[in-house]
Amino acid sequence: MNTSRPPVPAADRPHGRGSLRAILGACASLRLTVGLLCLSLVMIFVATLDQVHLGVWGVQQKYFHAFLVWVKLPGTAISLPVFPGGYLLGGALLVNLITAHLCRFRLSAKKAGIWLTHCGLILLLIGEGVSGLLQRDGQVRLDVGQSQRYVESFRENELAVTDTTDPRNDLVVAIPVAHLQATETLQDPRLPFSIRPVAFFENAKLRVRSQLTTPPPAVATAGDGTDLLVDPAPVTYKPDETNWPSSYIELAGPDGPLGTWLVSTLLEQPQTFTYQGRSWQLALRARRDYLPFTLTLKKFTHDIYPGTDIPKNFASTLQLRGDSGGDDRVVQISMNKPLRTAGYAFYQAGFANNDRTSVLQAVRNPSWQIPYWSCGMIALGLLVQFGLGLFGSLRRRSAAAAAVRQPAPLPL
Amino acid sequence: MKTYFPLFVLLLALTVVAGSLAPRPDAGEFALARFGRLPVLADGRIKPMATIARTSLLMLQGRQRVIAPEGSRLTPEEWLLDLFFEGSKADTERIFRIDSPDVLLLFNLSPADGEGGTRFSFHQLEAGLDELDRQARLAEPVENAARTSFQRAVVELREHVAYYDRLKFSLQPPDRADFAAEIADADRLRAEQTAFASMDTYSLLRAVPPLSGVPDPALWQNVGHALHAVTGPAEVPPAVRAYAVLGQAWRDRSPAAFNAVLGTYEAQLADPFPDAIRRARFEAAFDRAEPFITSLYLYVAAFLLAALSWLVWPEELGRAAFRLMALAFLLATAGIAARMWLEARPPVTNLYSSALFIGWGSVGLCLILERMNRNGVASAAGSLIGFSTLIIAHHLSLSGDTMEMMRAVLDSNFWLSTHVVTVTTGYAATFLAGFLAIIYIVRGVFTRSLDARTADALARMVYGIVCFATLFSFVGTMLGGIWADQSWGRFWGWDPKENGALLIVIWNAVILHCRWGGLVRQRGLMALAVFGNIVTAWSWFGTNMLGVGLHSYGFTNAAFHGLILFVGCQLAVIALAAIPRARWRSRNGPAAA
Repeated sequence: MNTSRPPVPAADRPHGRGSLRAILGACASLRLTVGLLCLSLVMIFVATLDQVHLGVWGVQQKYFHAFLVWVKLPGTAISLPVFPGGYLLGGALLVNLITAHLCRFRLSAKKAGIWLTHCGLILLLIGEGVSGLLQRDGQVRLDVGQSQRYVESFRENELAVTDTTDPRNDLVVAIPVAHLQATETLQDPRLPFSIRPVAFFENAKLRVRSQLTTPPPAVATAGDGTDLLVDPAPVTYKPDETNWPSSYIELAGPDGPLGTWLVSTLLEQPQTFTYQGRSWQLALRARRDYLPFTLTLKKFTHDIYPGTDIPKNFASTLQLRGDSGGDDRVVQISMNKPLRTAGYAFYQAGFANNDRTSVLQAVRNPSWQIPYWSCGMIALGLLVQFGLGLFGSLRRRSAAAAAVRQPAPLPL
Repeated sequence: MKTYFPLFVLLLALTVVAGSLAPRPDAGEFALARFGRLPVLADGRIKPMATIARTSLLMLQGRQRVIAPEGSRLTPEEWLLDLFFEGSKADTERIFRIDSPDVLLLFNLSPADGEGGTRFSFHQLEAGLDELDRQARLAEPVENAARTSFQRAVVELREHVAYYDRLKFSLQPPDRADFAAEIADADRLRAEQTAFASMDTYSLLRAVPPLSGVPDPALWQNVGHALHAVTGPAEVPPAVRAYAVLGQAWRDRSPAAFNAVLGTYEAQLADPFPDAIRRARFEAAFDRAEPFITSLYLYVAAFLLAALSWLVWPEELGRAAFRLMALAFLLATAGIAARMWLEARPPVTNLYSSALFIGWGSVGLCLILERMNRNGVASAAGSLIGFSTLIIAHHLSLSGDTMEMMRAVLDSNFWLSTHVVTVTTGYAATFLAGFLAIIYIVRGVFTRSLDARTADALARMVYGIVCFATLFSFVGTMLGGIWADQSWGRFWGWDPKENGALLIVIWNAVILHCRWGGLVRQRGLMALAVFGNIVTAWSWFGTNMLGVGLHSYGFTNAAFHGLILFVGCQLAVIALAAIPRARWRSRNGPAAA
């Protein structure tokens, strides 16, 4: 390990004339690497502290999956960018690393370790970006005996408008919540009516109007919400709490409005109505991704260590039935033993209802293998790099020791 | 004399170690050590009475020694026997540690009433228990992190009182003077069903092994449960009878009867449960030997000798320090191996064992470094880290049994032995680099002993160790990601502990890049390495204090002040490093610095 001879920073050596070279040199500089690493360090540290207030998910949105970290000025609605976010820092590191290899590093056996490490790092950074874009996760909650063929999102919701006229087949039109937050009227060729968002609440409670002493006028004019009032609540980021969005929507046909409905994730049953001879259902619910198979929970076990309430294992036994009929088998999912099938991975995440309900986490991430490859490359690269260094240093030591033992003959 | 000094020191230390490991005879006539080996089921695993006694005392009062009101000393086993069989006597023994004067006010007590100003008896607390309960209930709705120190103290004390009470219900109804006669009488057995039911509810221990002899821990019962629905003395399980007679003998001060029933019961157990007996026996011996305490003292001695060697007798004192450190390391190795065998687990399973392992790993690296350099520096750094981590481990052991059962999500020996061991080795190496850097800075600023040769050797060591730390912390962190992907479905979730590990990797990368890019020389390298101590300490403990995320298994409040103090000290050392080299006392050191 060449400790006694610190190398001259190659990055700071001018490579030639021209502004392009100067820019490339700056992009490839080691000082920039160190600066970016230090900024990442600060960002991660602050973000970790902020988890106490925002929770893991809130922090991911604010710091890691963001180009800039925005902070609201106290007492105002103005937000200012105060620090680079994860995307910016990760992207800058990526550029720094790639330009450094283009400008500074020569491909040689001695540098093989560094090359491997840095290529692995590039792959890791790209992989994290890709999985941030592609990964979808949600949950499957099943009571014993119950069947389900969709994954429910943890945080995203949708307005489901369902035509239930045909008893054999439901036609579902799912509208993402983002549309309810806008003011534009929605029109869908599959629906004979338009939907106008009147008001949207990210988190709210519901109150019964008739139980209030001085009830304000009702907003909803149709459906189950005519005697209910929305009581807005602050958005929560705590991991053990959920946001309960609610919205007032006005449906209108060609002849004018049909009425205003209150939809809320707090209303468990869909609201039904008929229009032009067809039966419809309205529900604000967790976003559903449909699976190409059906899962049926046959058994759920929750073992504890004797004489304690420390959980020892959770396991779900399920029947998996493929839509195409090719698959019909029993599968087991337990702690640390997920089920991977059809691009999905299912994990034992929790339980509820006195052990009668099993909660599975379902993840779909086409890029899940990238971290395995990139980490393998980095680990191997570090091993080669430090191994070569250690080997060289030991050889120098023994050479020095040999020189001491056998002093050179004195010149006569 | 000088030549033989290292040998003399080693022999002396060996005598001390041998003395600590040798089985000690019981002071009185009661076979207390044999009582300590009896197996019971508690906290999900089978362990000996000796462990119950020691962990309970550590938890309740922060030490194992009990001082009776009349001034005599009790062993942990004697205290436990009093608690089981002579509750009224145990109630006068001062074993509840209360530091807060505000909490003492609840009981109309002042520090002067306690043993050593901080330890009080159940009897002294009895009158104020209702008020304690009320205060604890007021504090409970407040989230743990938001509680005041008073609220934390009342909640903790109430837990301790409940624990003490539950121990009392474990082998017989509390304060029963003739339980042995009671279970021998059919009428009295039937009349006592309510008492047995409450024993079933409160008992902390499951002391009754299954009659079938099947070695399944889930089949062990508590005494109350075993006596439930018993109609005649013939149905009373042998274990219940044995403990009842043992209690009678203890109350009667009759060692002969005590030892006799102990012998009968041991013989009954030996055949159906050979494995449980073997482990319980070994664990009891391990508890008594306290290998980590002995190696703690050896590390102190090794550090003092190594530091002295920079002033006088460099050869001899250096060698003596190295040998002491090696001996302490062997003892700690044996201790860790013993824990691994008892738990059937890899070495690191919780915060306590991570402290043991970080110390062990650092000292192991130091032994190699010292063999290569022979200048006392690695001996000093290693024994300092060994000592500090054992002190931390001791404080962590105050929260209860250190061999806990693994929660379902962590129950994977494969990942515990790969991810956890690697990442902990990374912690150990980062700390080691930081401590070597502290030695460089402190010796350089305050003494003339940091000559150019020593300084270069230290710089080489720090650089090498940082490389090692980078490799292990990176591989460990990534293995953690892979474990998370296997069990939770995401490789990286920005959980506090994950972030902490990532910070260590990034910081080590910063040090290496600064070094390679020539942005720092020796002095700067040392300052950066010391900052690595802060990063590592925060990742190890700070992240757990946040109380969020999937890794928050070791929440500890008392450690907070310790962490702040540690960070302050490290910043002070970094400030020292900022003093220009010309002002250092060892200013004739490396010219390049």
